[in-house]
Amino acid sequence: MALEVQSLESAVVRFAGDSGDGMQLTGSQFTNSTALSGNDLATFPDFPAEIRAPVGTTFGVSAFQINFGATSIKTVGDQPDVLVAMNPAALKVNLGNLRKGGMLVLDEGSFTTRNLQKAGYADNPVEGDALDGYQVIKLDISKMTMEAVKDFGLGNKEALRCKNMWTLGLMLWMYTRKRQPVVDWLEKKFAKKPEIANANIAALNAGHAYGETSELSAHIHQYEVEPVHAEPGIYRTVTGSQALSWGIAAGGDLSGLEVMFGSYPITPASPILHTLSGMKELGIVTFQAEDEIAAICAALGASYAGALGVTSSSGPGIALKTEALGLAISTELPLVVINSQRGGPSTGLPTKTEQSDLYQAIYGRNGDAPMPVVTTRSPGDCFEVAIEACRLAVKYMTPVMLLTDGFIANAAEPWKLPDLDAIEPFPASQAKTPEGDETFNPFLRDEETLARNWGVPGVKGTEHRIGGIEKSYDTGHISYDPDNHQKMTDTRFAKIDGIAGDIPDQVVDQGEDSGTLAVVGWGSTYGPIEEAVKRARADGLSVSHIHLRYLNPFPKNLESLLKGFDKILVPEMNNGQLKTVLRDKFLLDAKPFTQISGLPFKISDLLGAIRAEIAS
Amino acid sequence: MNEMTTPQEKLTIKDFTSDQEVRWCPGCGDYAILKCMQRTLPELGATRENTVFVSGIGCSSRFPYYMDTYGFHTIHGRAPAIATGVKLAKPELDVWVITGDGDGLSIGGNHLMHAIRRDVDLNILLFNNQIYGLTKGQYSPTSVVGTKTPSTPQGSVDPTLNPIAFALGSGARFVARTVDTAQKHMPDVFKRAHAFKGASFVEILQNCIVYNDAIWEEITNKKTAPDHQLLLEHGMPMIFGAERNKGIIFNAKSFALEVVTIGENGITEGDILVHDETSLQMARMLGDLGENPSEPAPMGVIYAAEADQSYVDAVRGQMVSEKGKRSLKDIIHGGQTWVVE
Repeated sequence: MALEVQSLESAVVRFAGDSGDGMQLTGSQFTNSTALSGNDLATFPDFPAEIRAPVGTTFGVSAFQINFGATSIKTVGDQPDVLVAMNPAALKVNLGNLRKGGMLVLDEGSFTTRNLQKAGYADNPVEGDALDGYQVIKLDISKMTMEAVKDFGLGNKEALRCKNMWTLGLMLWMYTRKRQPVVDWLEKKFAKKPEIANANIAALNAGHAYGETSELSAHIHQYEVEPVHAEPGIYRTVTGSQALSWGIAAGGDLSGLEVMFGSYPITPASPILHTLSGMKELGIVTFQAEDEIAAICAALGASYAGALGVTSSSGPGIALKTEALGLAISTELPLVVINSQRGGPSTGLPTKTEQSDLYQAIYGRNGDAPMPVVTTRSPGDCFEVAIEACRLAVKYMTPVMLLTDGFIANAAEPWKLPDLDAIEPFPASQAKTPEGDETFNPFLRDEETLARNWGVPGVKGTEHRIGGIEKSYDTGHISYDPDNHQKMTDTRFAKIDGIAGDIPDQVVDQGEDSGTLAVVGWGSTYGPIEEAVKRARADGLSVSHIHLRYLNPFPKNLESLLKGFDKILVPEMNNGQLKTVLRDKFLLDAKPFTQISGLPFKISDLLGAIRAEIAS
Repeated sequence: MNEMTTPQEKLTIKDFTSDQEVRWCPGCGDYAILKCMQRTLPELGATRENTVFVSGIGCSSRFPYYMDTYGFHTIHGRAPAIATGVKLAKPELDVWVITGDGDGLSIGGNHLMHAIRRDVDLNILLFNNQIYGLTKGQYSPTSVVGTKTPSTPQGSVDPTLNPIAFALGSGARFVARTVDTAQKHMPDVFKRAHAFKGASFVEILQNCIVYNDAIWEEITNKKTAPDHQLLLEHGMPMIFGAERNKGIIFNAKSFALEVVTIGENGITEGDILVHDETSLQMARMLGDLGENPSEPAPMGVIYAAEADQSYVDAVRGQMVSEKGKRSLKDIIHGGQTWVVE
């Protein structure tokens, strides 16, 4: 008996299982089908740092959460409406977060004594009353998968590996998503192993058929989430790493420079190295260096030779690059440095997200060494910000730090494809052979931008020597002169500060441009802050949301904008770093709201902080 | 079809000399190396605009300032990495790396190892004076055990690193050695290094007159030199000595090179090993020769492998083979897309 299809505005589904259960693939395929259904969405891949933790343990649990809806979705959702738990450990780790009354889909077949023991369950939670208050759907997914794939001649282990596709089939049915994109993907992925492809497709179909034909429960409906009303255009899903890589490639095109990307593997930044390494046809040079230092040095060497050097890492790797960053600042060469932030200090939480490298970006070098810092708020935003980082680097002859984070790097969202031809180019200017009596001075500056004269090897007549020793303002030769050092330091700061005049004024994302409380954020906290402010405003509170892209220098109207509010609250996934910078630059009483758990903010927590700050 | 060629203007030592005052200590071995380089580049047909000197930190690393070419004085130990970026970005450039025993073998050992391993087309000159000069005389990785310095008042205890063995161990395909005073020998070594397509590694024995004077005295002093250096020449027997009666043989029992005297113990000239610079095994043994003071130090081209595709060509070759297959637009539109009307 088929129940009627119920319409939902949005839903949060979390797939959880062992690291070997293929939850990331399941989640990303569900995401793809959801995107093709026209929903807005946000995803949160949440996986352990270990490649393969011991099977069945709680620390080996890997999860993928997706929030999708018929309206604009900016967060991954505070609490899942549906939790799919492929084993006892996944249940144990994730149950606490499931919405009361939410749906729990369990693979009963995996709740063996051994697995329960490994997860630390004394009693089987499926049998007692521990799961009262949830809609529990107990299915022997393992058994049904084995049954579905028995004709394909796979070994037991391989056959069982198809159970994520069985589960996906069921969830696709439940949310009326299309199966065909997954089938296409499986056929492509296993083109050389058709028996594996066919077994997985059979499992997918079996899961779907199970939903169609069985009466799961009188309470279980099939759901439909209408397409979101979005701007017309062509869309695809994109992760932060993809959008960032494409933005770098676009930055190369727009500047007319060849991109030379030097990097060293590190979580969660490596996908950028992988993506750019697969784009050689665009004339992008990629170099996997022997270490983080060599990665930035090779990029800087390429910039010295006239290319656009780009390097990418995460906090610990950025720390290693610091000395070379100083050289880039001193020699005033263009360079883009991407930091996909993760939990710190030291190795910290490699696969978890944090925003704790802001001090490192703004202040973290020896000497007075200013550099621009820009940041991304969402996966799609990475494209534009990467282009902007390239523009500033080339126009101002400076390294630029681009801060993103592990959450943005891995998360996916629908993205309206940009019109590449509509982006304003910013052709790089390099010195030509001097004519007549002209002599070449590498530190001759552009009057407006203060950028120095970029002479590159291979050009006759602009031969010169530069390095990390202080240079004479007038000639570019080595200078130990005290007054000259003061002047050069002042000039380096003036050049970076001057960028404030070349970036857009800060806008208010939501709310009035003055009032009781401004909630000021940066980076991947955009979604939760936006939603929390929306709810606070719906409650009649005088709150505005201001989200920064430019962290150094700040937009020139930011100080006066912030001074129009009685109170300023700065939510950050660190111990209050932007709060300090705002106080430093503007002598403002900015208040911190911090969370250093390796997880994104919950809307409810932010809403509580907003209420408390207004009431204080 | 006639090909028009612009006549190459004849460059001289002056063209490669910058207007900067040279600031090494009077009597420093670096002067001789600098002069030799300024003199040799015109002979190589090098142009100022296509020549780049990249250095790290230390006395030797001031070298680029004095060459009227492109120069990049970078940070401690990182010159090979920066030079790799220069060469990858512009393969047509002639890139020279100037480094020292501290810069290249201590703080920058990793980069030197990998630039050599990758066979990046760089000419790497390592000035070895067995001491840190710029920081005022601490012992370096090449200092002999027992070297007394401000940081080792009782004498150093660290075993000595052999630059030639290091380079060969890193997979070097061109390894040579010369000495700062050898104004005839050095240009030939530079020319060979320059001609080699790949990473060419040259150890230049260099005298630090202030902190480690006369360490190479036996090799540079005209009286003692013939007995303490073995001038290598491809295809020629390894004979040396003031009386040209000493030679090198391979002792199969000890599995090592051995110094012998022609005319003693039945040794004839025919027993002496003939230098084969393409033999890696011989190069490895020659690399170790001279560690014992009773042995001569091999000078000249120790190893020059057969030509191979360079790293830079391989990297850029992958770009060329892919070129034009997809545009950025193709890549962005390449996933599963949908249209919102």
